[in-house]
Amino acid sequence: MLARAVTHALVGLDARPVEVEAHLQRGVPSFAIVGLPDKACQEAKERVRSGIASAELEWPLRRITVNLAPAGLRKEGSGYDLPIALAVLAASRQIPPESLAEHAAVGELALDGRLRPVPGAIVAAEAARRAGLPRLLCASESAPEAALAGIEPVPLRHLAEAGAYLRGRFTPGPVEPASSISSNGAGPDLADVRGQERARRALEIVATGRHNLLFAGPPGTGKTMLARRLPGILPPLTLDQSLEATRIHSVAGVLSAGHPLVDRPPFRAPHHTASSAAVVGGGPGPRPGEVSLAHHGVLLLDELAEFHRPVLEALRQPLEDGTVAVARAAGQAVFPARFVLVGTMNLCPCGARGDPAVECTCSPQKLAAYGMKLSRALLDRFDLVVHMPRPRGRELDTGPQEPSTAVRSRVEDGAARLRAARPRLGDAARGLLVRAVDTLPLSARGRARVARVAATIAALAGAGEIEPQHVAEALSYRAPPELSP
Amino acid sequence: MTYTTLSRGRPGYPPLLAELHDPPARLHLRGGRSEILALPSVAVVGARSCSPYGAQVARELAGDLAALGVVVVSGLARGIDGEAHRGALAAGGLTVAVLGCGIDRDYPRAHAQLAGRIAESGLIVSEYPPGVEPAPWRFPARNRIVAGLAAATVVVEARERSGALITADFALELGRDVFAVPGEITSGLSRGTNDLIRQGATPLLAADDVLEVLGIERGPVTPPTSVSPEAGAVLGFLAAGAASLDEISRSTGVGSAEVAVALTELELAGLVSQGEGRYRRATAGRGPPCSR
Repeated sequence: MLARAVTHALVGLDARPVEVEAHLQRGVPSFAIVGLPDKACQEAKERVRSGIASAELEWPLRRITVNLAPAGLRKEGSGYDLPIALAVLAASRQIPPESLAEHAAVGELALDGRLRPVPGAIVAAEAARRAGLPRLLCASESAPEAALAGIEPVPLRHLAEAGAYLRGRFTPGPVEPASSISSNGAGPDLADVRGQERARRALEIVATGRHNLLFAGPPGTGKTMLARRLPGILPPLTLDQSLEATRIHSVAGVLSAGHPLVDRPPFRAPHHTASSAAVVGGGPGPRPGEVSLAHHGVLLLDELAEFHRPVLEALRQPLEDGTVAVARAAGQAVFPARFVLVGTMNLCPCGARGDPAVECTCSPQKLAAYGMKLSRALLDRFDLVVHMPRPRGRELDTGPQEPSTAVRSRVEDGAARLRAARPRLGDAARGLLVRAVDTLPLSARGRARVARVAATIAALAGAGEIEPQHVAEALSYRAPPELSP
Repeated sequence: MTYTTLSRGRPGYPPLLAELHDPPARLHLRGGRSEILALPSVAVVGARSCSPYGAQVARELAGDLAALGVVVVSGLARGIDGEAHRGALAAGGLTVAVLGCGIDRDYPRAHAQLAGRIAESGLIVSEYPPGVEPAPWRFPARNRIVAGLAAATVVVEARERSGALITADFALELGRDVFAVPGEITSGLSRGTNDLIRQGATPLLAADDVLEVLGIERGPVTPPTSVSPEAGAVLGFLAAGAASLDEISRSTGVGSAEVAVALTELELAGLVSQGEGRYRRATAGRGPPCSR
């Protein structure tokens, strides 16, 4: 006896249809899964057997073969538990095999038969929609996420519910719509930051023009504190951007159950010990890394110089192209990775440089090695470099400062102006830029970067054309000599 | 690469160097123009791990001297030495690097490119034949050649037991003028130089102090560049000392973005430079006078 269920295999950010065929034959009872399953998928045997027993259904005492087709595609993870269980139940006629038509299924089984959510439900749901399957059987936790794909999810808590539903004896509850986090509620606020006017101004420019920003200065001056407040002043995501970010977060398994829709610019801050696979993506079947999780949002590399050199070098492609191509033996994947990069660093290994109260004790060799860590090519990707010297006592004594909401409204206006009509270089501004290239160490890339930042500053000021003072301000954010070896 | 050798007692051997009590028997040169050694020259030396202040002074002083045809002599080390060489090259002037190893060994390695640029217009000099590796005990001996080649020695920044003080000692033995750049008394990097001043070295306040000793006159002073009112206010505030952008903004009442504009204007005019997040006025008595 044969029966089929349909599920989907994650390939990068995409899902390919997989047919789960279960065949029951006479013979010594056994259970085999073929079709290139990985270890987690192979272990489905034990979960499915226990799950079916716990659902008070019968485990067929037959020679059972489950084939995952196409057999050449690697199957990873535990999402095959539910479709395998359903195919076995259909093959043993405990549920009508034809009831599985028009359904895709995905989910992990607990030993007591409960259904557990798996990563990538939204991607599986989208693939089901494309394949013309109107309904997705999934764990109830995955249902709101799957609903975002424009498909009808069937939220299930237990394998017994799945059986009852397919026999027409159970109606699943309504799917709660994907609730969004209120735009004001979460995230730290700029009002908490005292002083550091220049750094605040830089954040505003960065948020408007989506430039990359480097904070340099001694410890304790608020570099990280400010960087964490950048997502709060970025314009909210459009629906398309939200869905794209949600897809990535879903595949990586980091969606929060309560708020499956990523509707605010994501903020990612990997620790400096992170491997390059963790940052740019990797694994046998490539998974998105931190750069992709930060897509449409902010990637903060705190203590930039402490990161492993290969990790920093690997950032160059995504910074340039907005995508990252991860090639592995088991396949290649291209993940989107368009983010605002914020780096923070001290000026020397001991951290005392730039702090007038402490004397730096680093040897020249140590200093040189520190500078060497950040290649010119990477430093060249930072559009704005802001020095954050230790603020004076009086600066810290001010009252609460401008809140994030006020800054965000200026950012939104500026960004809208940039989109509508990008300010062009005026003649006077062009002259200043020519003078700067001649006088300062400024590369061709540096010049283009200054012009881009100047356009953003002009847009923030509401000017139709880039004027000399916009170029002059943009120039003040270029990398200082001690950071350009 | 052109290597030449000058022997003591033969024509071309720099007479100033011969005044040392143990002048090197041979002087190996890299770079074609050995006649540079006969030009008026000043040694600019100092700490390897220097502050932005020291780096700026070394660069501007060397540039100022080199622009007037003075050869800047130094030791190619990191920090002050390197900045002095760079400043001279940037001003289109001549500079001589004295090594404590063979002239084909670029030491420190990070200054290999700088050494190449020095050899193009100026000279790399050593008493050791090509192939000799750098070693710590050779550096004091190198310092005596630095002092010997130069008519005067300027110590820009030095800690209490810095190698630059050895150079100053050699210069004093030779009866040459020794200048020290005054620094903050709270900074360890200025202890050596301030000590020199207490012992009688001339405090160096502008390149003109050295020029006077060499008997070189500066041409007519270029009139100060006119700057915008905001830039003038910022420049006036910086006369009191280096400050960060936020401090300038707070004290002058000019907005942060406008201060950034003014500072860029001043930087392009060469009146202000920045280091480690603080802006300071250019040295050497150029630009408008202090308005305090």
